[in-house]
Amino acid sequence: MRAKLRAKYQQKSLGDALSLFGLLLPYGIVFMLFVAIPIAVSIALSLTYFNVIEPPRYMGLFNYITLLTQDEVFSRYILPNTVKYAIIVGPGGYILSFLTAWMLAQIQKLPRTIMALALYTPSMVGPVFITVVWRTLFSGDEAGYINALLLRLELIDKPIQFLLSSDYIMGIMILVSLWSSMGIGFLAMLAGILNVNEELYEAAYMDGLRNRFQEIIYITIPSMKPQMLFGAVMAIVNAFNTGWIGVTLCGANPTPGYAANVIINHIEDYGFTRYEMGYAAAISVALLFLVTCFSKIAHKLFTEKD
Amino acid sequence: MAYQGTKINPTRFSFSQLKFYIILVPLSVFMVLPIVYIINQAFKPLDELFMFPPRFFVQKPTLRNFQELFRTASSTGVPMSRYLLNSVVLTAITLLLTLLIVVLSGYALSKKNFRAKKVLLNINQMALMFVPVSVMIPRYLVVVNLGMDNTILAHIVPLLATPVGLFLVKQFIDQIPDSILEAARIDGAKDFYIIRRIIIPLVRPALATVAILTFQAVWNSAESSNYYITDETLKTFAFYLNSLAASNFSNVTGSVSIAGAGMAAASGLIMFLPNLIIFIFMQSKVMSTMVHSGIK
Repeated sequence: MRAKLRAKYQQKSLGDALSLFGLLLPYGIVFMLFVAIPIAVSIALSLTYFNVIEPPRYMGLFNYITLLTQDEVFSRYILPNTVKYAIIVGPGGYILSFLTAWMLAQIQKLPRTIMALALYTPSMVGPVFITVVWRTLFSGDEAGYINALLLRLELIDKPIQFLLSSDYIMGIMILVSLWSSMGIGFLAMLAGILNVNEELYEAAYMDGLRNRFQEIIYITIPSMKPQMLFGAVMAIVNAFNTGWIGVTLCGANPTPGYAANVIINHIEDYGFTRYEMGYAAAISVALLFLVTCFSKIAHKLFTEKD
Repeated sequence: MAYQGTKINPTRFSFSQLKFYIILVPLSVFMVLPIVYIINQAFKPLDELFMFPPRFFVQKPTLRNFQELFRTASSTGVPMSRYLLNSVVLTAITLLLTLLIVVLSGYALSKKNFRAKKVLLNINQMALMFVPVSVMIPRYLVVVNLGMDNTILAHIVPLLATPVGLFLVKQFIDQIPDSILEAARIDGAKDFYIIRRIIIPLVRPALATVAILTFQAVWNSAESSNYYITDETLKTFAFYLNSLAASNFSNVTGSVSIAGAGMAAASGLIMFLPNLIIFIFMQSKVMSTMVHSGIK
């Protein structure tokens, strides 16, 4: 009976195909225009010299060779900064999100909801908020809260120029990023942990599971791999998307001694300040490559094998 | 019962939970401190803003900072209300279009069978890790070549490509049993009717979640104004407040100019509050969407 009905509407497949086409078309167009084509154009432009005024001139791999061998700023500051920042904020923020979500799952609903809101809130604030709050907190004169506090506790005797010092700016950037990193990936993991079937734990304890740590490793994480992967992808994207924080905090690109410049600031510098679009595109491709590497690792860890 | 193990989602308090509270409470307090700070800062009168040593809590709250903020116009003479109006209109249009686009393709990718489906799903899953800033130059070229620069479209269209939104809605539609849709089809319902009458009512939580994420993206966005728009009257509120806040910091010391500190705090608060209010109202819907957010 069912098969017959199904056969019946496979007959009017032309109308169906048109309708399907119509459904996918709008998203298809914007996706092509603003995701697929830009990636393709980046790759194509990265092989050229392009200054916006003259048409692009084909240069082969010249930009990549320059990036890897000639660009001292890139190899000495940008790349190490990016890797350091991405590892601490990406995987580091991710582990922090997971552990926090796990602890939240161990308490009652009302306090959990309130605290989850408190933890999620910083991820909603925009750049204006970050500029205003963190720049005043770390402000370099006595009116800066952190300086005032340290002065009062007599830990220092004169204010520190936190945001203008190459020793501190990276640390502050990481702190601010971690502060605002508990976004939807965190919520996904919280929902995932709360939805693990409780009987699994009971069964596992009967089979000799001994402590909470084993419980996380053997039951919680394996039963919520899909959410773990979603959270991981969001954490990685967040780590690479928030590179503007350093420049926003100190108010200048480059930051003092390039200490908080990461790869996206470098793209901006070459693309929009110097108009060397071909070179900037090569840096973009390098960034896409880095993101892909991080994601590959996440997929390796959390893809369900079946 | 011998089983004394874990208690995920407990209904009662027990002393074994105390250790979690000891970690979670200070952490939550640390996370909200900057927010409490900006609220206090925004309501401080001038003398309290520059009191030394600085005081965290406001003593005599005043609305002066907000009044000042609304009175100032940008250096080009465009009043603040214009930026605000731009942002409200843009946000509304972008929200509607995003939800529509995402639900149409989410339905197609979840419930229709066609040859390229698996490929398209994989492409979108790859695109979840898409980092927009990495391709801002080609995006700029696309915008310019389509003649969208300096039009309202430059604010809206780039934001409509939301792999995460499509993914969340598609995952949620997967939960709707095929039998309901099949019954409707046998009764002669067409795709658009099914979407309007069955899909949209059932995936409201996912749509609410996408709406929140889109709202945050549009409302906070200053990039499109920075890169694609030169006409001051078409720029966004976020852009205006951003430049206002930035111009109130002197680059030399990283400290704040006297008049600007309160205004900057007020503008940060205005940008942030709508996000918070919307999220609080929709948080249970967001949580129920997140259950289905896993990547398989």
